[in-house]
Amino acid sequence: MRRLDLAIGIGGAAGQGIATPGDILARIFVRRGLHVNAYNAYQSIIRGGHIFLTLRTSDQPVLSQGDKIDVLMPLNQDTMNRHLKLMRAGSAVLFNSDTIKPGVVPDGVQLCPFSVKALAPTTRGDLVQNTLALAAVLRLIKVEFEILEEILTLQFRRKGAAAVAENVGVARAGYDYAATHFTALPFSLPDTGKRLAFFEGNQALAMGGAAAGVRFYCAYPMSPSSGVLHWMARHARQLGIMVRQVEDEIGVINMAIGAAHTGCRAMCATSGGGFALMSEALGAAAMMEIPVVCINVQRAGPATGVPTKTEQGDLWQVMGAGQGDYPRIIVAPTNIGDCFKVVPTLFNLVDKFQCPGIILSDLLLSEGRSSIDPAELDFNVPIDRGDVVGLNGDGPPVNGGFKRYLVTESGVSPRALPGTPGYVHVVATDEHDEDGVLISDEFTDPHKRQAIHEKRMRKMDGVLPLLAPPVLHGPADAHVTLVGWGSTEGVIREAMQQLAEAGIVANNLQIRWLVPLHAEAIVSILSRCRAVIIVENNYSGQFARYLRAETGIVAGGHIRKYDGEPFMPHHIVDGVTAILAGSTKRYVPVHEIQV
Amino acid sequence: MKETTMATMAQTEHVKVTVKDLKGKVDPDWCPGCGDFGVLAALKQAIAELGLQPHTVLTISGIGCSSNLPGYLNTYGMHTLHGRALAVATGAQLGNHHLKIVVTGGDGDGYGIGGNHFVHAMRRNVDLTYIVMNNQIYGLTTGQLSPTSSKGMNTKSTPFGSVENPVNPIPLAIAAGATYVARGFTGQQKQLVELIKGGLQHRGFALIDTFSPCVTYNHDNTHEFFKQRTRKLEEMGHDPTDVHAAMEKGWLWGEVIPIGLFWRRQDLPALDQLEPVLGAGGPLAHRPLGVAPDIARALIAELM
Ligand SMILES: Cc1ncc(C[n+]2csc(CCOP(=O)(O)OP(=O)(O)O)c2C)c(N)n1
Ligand code: SF4
Repeated sequence: MRRLDLAIGIGGAAGQGIATPGDILARIFVRRGLHVNAYNAYQSIIRGGHIFLTLRTSDQPVLSQGDKIDVLMPLNQDTMNRHLKLMRAGSAVLFNSDTIKPGVVPDGVQLCPFSVKALAPTTRGDLVQNTLALAAVLRLIKVEFEILEEILTLQFRRKGAAAVAENVGVARAGYDYAATHFTALPFSLPDTGKRLAFFEGNQALAMGGAAAGVRFYCAYPMSPSSGVLHWMARHARQLGIMVRQVEDEIGVINMAIGAAHTGCRAMCATSGGGFALMSEALGAAAMMEIPVVCINVQRAGPATGVPTKTEQGDLWQVMGAGQGDYPRIIVAPTNIGDCFKVVPTLFNLVDKFQCPGIILSDLLLSEGRSSIDPAELDFNVPIDRGDVVGLNGDGPPVNGGFKRYLVTESGVSPRALPGTPGYVHVVATDEHDEDGVLISDEFTDPHKRQAIHEKRMRKMDGVLPLLAPPVLHGPADAHVTLVGWGSTEGVIREAMQQLAEAGIVANNLQIRWLVPLHAEAIVSILSRCRAVIIVENNYSGQFARYLRAETGIVAGGHIRKYDGEPFMPHHIVDGVTAILAGSTKRYVPVHEIQV
Repeated sequence: MKETTMATMAQTEHVKVTVKDLKGKVDPDWCPGCGDFGVLAALKQAIAELGLQPHTVLTISGIGCSSNLPGYLNTYGMHTLHGRALAVATGAQLGNHHLKIVVTGGDGDGYGIGGNHFVHAMRRNVDLTYIVMNNQIYGLTTGQLSPTSSKGMNTKSTPFGSVENPVNPIPLAIAAGATYVARGFTGQQKQLVELIKGGLQHRGFALIDTFSPCVTYNHDNTHEFFKQRTRKLEEMGHDPTDVHAAMEKGWLWGEVIPIGLFWRRQDLPALDQLEPVLGAGGPLAHRPLGVAPDIARALIAELM
């Protein structure tokens, strides 16, 4: 028996029913306490095209979609043709032999044809082949039939007893057929006795918002960020969150600012194009000193780009969003669980420092799915609203003397919410004095402008010590240090394991807080490293340039990918090997699976 | 007056508010003779006459000469971005629906750059009082074409005369779903005060498009121009509950330009009244944060 590390690939055209068998499999795995990682490579069409879902499970945490497929479930000929060449010895291909012809398989790959016509002659409906294939897979990995029966019963209950019986019957036929015709795979599927939760990054971000106490959420639909909106809308009434779909992203961020000004924790999410529209208002939030959180789920750009493909190409956009200098906090969660955790932390910071906060996710994280120990989903998080007078509508009146933008050493001035007696004031996007009076035009006073601008910018000095500095993961004395940011953590860590097997000791410095950056801590870590390679999902090395600007560190090598698909571990292994061998400084892997 | 505002005011209702109390920290920097002075005066008068406490009012503007207004008024205020006041105001209204929110700005701000928010705020019937200081020109940027500038008008950006048709906010607002649509003129102060009071008391989106002549850059649509042409709707026998008549009067432009209340509809709930999340509860902004343990458990259970 091998240690459990099983990857199932389900491929077909949009509309062929890939999600349902994927969900059922994932559910079965997490109910046994097994870890799951799922990545769906898809296109922006409702029907047709090619979709490929990789579902990987293990008794250890699964860090990425991996490199291999153990079970291929092609739902059409196209999938068979595209993916067969990547199957390795010991793997199996399950397919409907009525409509799909097998190609030439590499040695040791088990072809498992089944005939829908023969196994389910009386059943109509397009999705029979999925049920048959699903049942057969479960037999191959020795999951008891009763588990599938229970899930199908739950799923078809609403359609009546006849539908349940029919589907369970079809499944039984597939299961039994597999028992007698196919060879079981060398995996045992343990039951840890514990149940895990399974969610996508967008859900994690939305739930993190709920935990943070978000009271106002608005968005304009844009892939791959819409999942946050969908979760929020579905749970709005249960949680008491005002959720609105708005006319455009300019409206989104401005509405969020309006709600935030009244005292609500306000959040929104978009992707790069929508974020571009929000730029001016992010500066406005900083100028008026109103805390607000915006999530940018990056997709491949520029412009409309590739809406269903991942990239880390917006780093420079978010750092430069909006005119002028202004305080902002930017964080890139490093895994799906972190998407949940980072939101309450960021809200406490933006409330404390009264400035915008940006979460830089990407399609890989936001639409990728992962198991998580439910104990890690702690909704009972500390809440720090910062210095707010009269949060509950009461506060000692100060008779008009309130200075909303009082110059303080920390740069933070007490905030008063509209409606509070005694603190009437005006906030402005024009430059203003301590009391909110404009100094933008005729009253401009260079000394005042400098003082108030410094007050705002000083906040950033206060933020940095509150952020956890990055720590080196892995052996301290490694041959090579892989530096990444955000979503690449999992794949880098898995590549490290593979490198170790090849005799190359690697460690990883993953950057989570991007602005402000712990430059000193990074310099002291990286100056002790033997070789530094930066891994990122973009063409120009946006993080490498940022790191050089902030620390003067010039990495010895770069591994970059910008074809729309995320890294697979072997891409990084190949890159490290090539760079350490001196054959290149900039390695761009070729993504071999055509999706 | 809506119930909610009454509730907020209850704590301090004995304090009588005068026009003097509503004076902001600084004096307006508008050109002498600018129509915007008349709007500011009328707004203060309306607030005082309705007895609204300054801290219960939030005045939100965009950018432009006219949008500087919140700084000249002693209420809570937000001087936001060019064209974005209505979006900010929508968020603020839903964030704290006990506030009385007044939005002020120019025609370029509202009908040009803010055109999209304008249409959508009206179709949502957000409970806002929107006063547009319509001078048919861009004042702050020194005299370029505005979306309401007349066809043929010579401006800095149309030295040979504009060839574009102006936007007509009155029929546009009626069609988009505003439930209180009025037009005022700074030369008719008493009527303007009444129109603003009506807007503040109206539950839903109230537009008060106001001719507020720019004495510096618009030499066509002057105070005198409007004085000669404006006619009060109430004197024209107009029925503001008749939408067809309202549309028809809204299109009148020439020797007679009607001012007054074109259209009012009181049977439609405002957005916040339709939002179940608000229900009977107080402002969202004042509600405690945190997720109850049983709800948290239910949310996690969904994932398992
Ligand atoms: C995004 C953006 N574009 C342009 C400007 C410059 N700008 C400031 S005010 C204004 C127009 C003002 O016209 P209007 O809204 O009619 O107000 P008025 O000054 O006439 O009262 C413009 C174009 C700006 N501030 N922001
Ligand atoms: S430029 Fe025109 S609109 Fe601006 S203050 Fe002067 S008169 Fe008023």
